[in-house]
Amino acid sequence: MIEAIFNYEFLQNAFLSGIIIGIIAPLLGLFIVVRRLALIADALSHVALAGIAGSLYLSQQVLFLSALNPIYLGMAAAVGGSLLIERLRGAYRHFEELAIPIILSAGIGVGAIFISLAKGFGTDLVGYLFGSVSAVSRQDLGIVAFIALCVIGFVYFFYKELFALSFDREYAKVSGVQGKLIQTIFMIIVALVIGASMRIVGILLVSSLMTLPVAAAIQLAKSFKGAMLYSIAIGELSVLIGLVSAYYLDIAPGGTIVITSVIILLLVLLFKKTWQKMVRTKGEADVV
Amino acid sequence: MKNTIIECKDVSFTYDHTDVLEHISLEVKEGEFWALIGPNGSGKSTLIKLILGLIKPSSGSIKLFGEEMSSFRQRERIGYVSQKSNAFNSGFPATVLEVVRSGLTRKTGLFKRFTKRDDQQAMEALKIVKMDPYHSRPIGELSGGQQQRVFIARALVGKPDLLIMDEPTVGIDQQNIASFYSMLQTLNREHGIAILLVTHEIDIVTDLASHVACLNRTIHFHGVQSDYKKMDDIDISNWYGHPVRRVHQSDREAER
Repeated sequence: MIEAIFNYEFLQNAFLSGIIIGIIAPLLGLFIVVRRLALIADALSHVALAGIAGSLYLSQQVLFLSALNPIYLGMAAAVGGSLLIERLRGAYRHFEELAIPIILSAGIGVGAIFISLAKGFGTDLVGYLFGSVSAVSRQDLGIVAFIALCVIGFVYFFYKELFALSFDREYAKVSGVQGKLIQTIFMIIVALVIGASMRIVGILLVSSLMTLPVAAAIQLAKSFKGAMLYSIAIGELSVLIGLVSAYYLDIAPGGTIVITSVIILLLVLLFKKTWQKMVRTKGEADVV
Repeated sequence: MKNTIIECKDVSFTYDHTDVLEHISLEVKEGEFWALIGPNGSGKSTLIKLILGLIKPSSGSIKLFGEEMSSFRQRERIGYVSQKSNAFNSGFPATVLEVVRSGLTRKTGLFKRFTKRDDQQAMEALKIVKMDPYHSRPIGELSGGQQQRVFIARALVGKPDLLIMDEPTVGIDQQNIASFYSMLQTLNREHGIAILLVTHEIDIVTDLASHVACLNRTIHFHGVQSDYKKMDDIDISNWYGHPVRRVHQSDREAER
């Protein structure tokens, strides 16, 4: 496997992209999960599907668009969807979560229309839906690396504002944190990460990489920084194990990455339960 | 001469064609401890939201530290403690120190990261509320009273001149309420922080606050504590809308 990575450019692209995504997806995912907005990633990935399907359809119909990388339109659709979610959350102040199913349905609807119009896209679309080891190009890797820089820079410079807004939005607003602006940038960045991740994990599974490592991390962490580090470590482990398994089994990596995350989550839950039981038993023994 | 830090002039607020607050005029000066009392639904929390700038009045004007609300930027001069249950996810993975330090977000400034000095400041705020031994504990593992102390430390960490609290004792057991209020008195008397406390516990305020404002859609009384104590329970019952009997400190001591 190691030899193959050195010999084949497509494997280098897939692994490097995977390593980068393993950092940035759970990093942003933590802020999404603690704000109880885990379904936002799902909604945006389905909007990205509409963009990808639209791009693939247009590339069939319009000759000069045939060379256009579908990731661009997928990302543009996700960014548009993220801004619409923010608008809708403002319109439904008492039912903010309603914005998510509205955008999710719209994304699937538009995607289904383009797929039907094009009479299916075969393996191209399957690669986008479930990820692909072989489909990541150098250009895709470049996009992923650029987006990673934006994400890490954003979290580095706005960490304290993101924490304050995530922990207590009302307090953050009272203390003068620029909530609206930061939230809008955050949503755009989430959309870009979804766009960047879909080549490796696939549109249908990208939200899992943002939420499952975080779900495991918050079981272990005592602090927010700890939760962030655990999330990235678990995300990275899931991506690496998932990619290696996908390579040997010759299947789409999205499924193996997500199933690895699920297994890690289950192991963490089992470990925590056993640990708590041991502590309780020891406490009872000490009392006796 | 003390400076005015909150100035509400003829403030009214209408929501969904209903008059929630009418013609509110109130002045809070530095170092004062105000208790804002009134029955449920009297508009206390709405008035606090107006003062904090979370909502805009339908008419009238609000000034903070002498500045119109629309142009007020010195947010770090105000510490705010809300009803804990409304704003807090107890499963949030954060330590007490991380939560308190977040009170310095605005003061530290955009693009800047927290420093060791910010951590020290957070520890000092925790010492004031006697929660410094818990600084590395996850916030969700503390009791209701301890969490509320942490939120007060978060409000204090930026060294505010004014502390606004909206029913801060919600979720705190009776045993801890007395020590909680005595801590507020210390903050006011020893640290000189002006306090605006929203509460429905009309007995405690008579012993604690320097000034009292009675609200039920409009201000029925505002003035110093001694004048409030002289008021007849029947008058208070009239604007409260149901019979009210205040128990003063002297009555409580006699009962013992």
